[in-house]
Amino acid sequence: MSENSPPESSSDPQSPTEPTEPAALRFSSMTPQAYWRTNIICVVSLLVVWFLVSYGCGILWVDRLDQIRTPGGGIKLGFWFAQQGSIFVFVLLIAFYVVFMNRLDAKYIGKKS
Amino acid sequence: MSVQTWTYLIVGLSFSLYIYIAIRSRASSTGEFYIAGKGVSPLANGMATAADWMSAASFLGMAGAISFMGRDGGVYLMGWTGGYVLLALLLAPYLRKFGRFTVPDFIGDRYYSSTARLVAVFCAIFISFTYVAGQMRGVGIVFSHFLDVNINTGVVIGMAIVFFYAILGGMKGITYTQVAQYCVLIFAFMVPAIFISIMLTGNVIPQLGLGGMVGEEGVHLLDKLDGLGEALGFAAYTTGTKAPLDVFCITLALMVGTAGLPHVIVRFYTVKRVKDARMSAFWAYRGALYDGSCGGRLRPDQLADIHPREIV
Repeated sequence: MSENSPPESSSDPQSPTEPTEPAALRFSSMTPQAYWRTNIICVVSLLVVWFLVSYGCGILWVDRLDQIRTPGGGIKLGFWFAQQGSIFVFVLLIAFYVVFMNRLDAKYIGKKS
Repeated sequence: MSVQTWTYLIVGLSFSLYIYIAIRSRASSTGEFYIAGKGVSPLANGMATAADWMSAASFLGMAGAISFMGRDGGVYLMGWTGGYVLLALLLAPYLRKFGRFTVPDFIGDRYYSSTARLVAVFCAIFISFTYVAGQMRGVGIVFSHFLDVNINTGVVIGMAIVFFYAILGGMKGITYTQVAQYCVLIFAFMVPAIFISIMLTGNVIPQLGLGGMVGEEGVHLLDKLDGLGEALGFAAYTTGTKAPLDVFCITLALMVGTAGLPHVIVRFYTVKRVKDARMSAFWAYRGALYDGSCGGRLRPDQLADIHPREIV
């Protein structure tokens, strides 16, 4: 930013495309298909967890889980999943996704960016 | 100083901060106006998104509603936060990767159809309109309390201020205003949550305080609430009154709805790289977490039952 930016990027700041990406892709050892498959597997498995904690533990099995209590005994487990647990898991899911996809991108593009 | 004076002082200060930011970060090009020149850092963008999320509804009404509804209120907690998972995993990075200004642009280009683009525009306007109607009502209520005017006047004042911001700064101004707003809001959420938790259970962390003991008799907070609910003729706090299917469907609707909020989606266009879009979804979520799990957990109205008059 502070450096002198090359003329093509400063002359057209609103250009919606990112011209660097397609060129960089050619240096990759990974095929686009493999990249996309890994991407899909990652998203689907995270969504499975997402479904299990919120709809599963928080809603469908809530009464069964309510018979168990959290450590300390203060909160019924099903209630905890609905009110706090699912939210904590959601954060972890997004954090995992960010790290995983950034690594995958780096691998796909090569060590370029 | 009286409460009235304090109110005017604090409201005045936060407003001058917002206006100062709006003037400082005036937009100077189309790109800056719509998507802040793609120069927003992921953290700042996440904070702004979280400020979007902590809207008038969650600030004014949800805390009370969730606390009153007990387990049934979980639909809002899970629905709104779960929607962010969908947004972060399925929408934000890919829309950013595609690289246009708006969602209708994406739809139009992806399906090679101007009709599809038109439908998307109509949907976006319809959603925004419905959403803004509710939000502006909230703004009106806030102003009517602060300035002692009726709600309609409050709405007009609020509209004038928003109009001023938006014209002046575009997306850039709004983003940095919202970063400031986020800091104010998160502070306003966490202070009462932490102190109420300390007062009731002696636990500094509200999330843990929920499972803590209350009073001298050593009863768990939630058991106490269960008992209170039953004594007052409602269902116990931690048992739901809705059928699982209802809860399931409402949660699903809230999740998908949250993931589709146009003003949140457009936020992910304002960062520089796809990587940043992912990261800012994460930061936004962190903000949402604080709101959802502490702001939304221990609330004055519910607790007024336990410690009458201590908290008003």
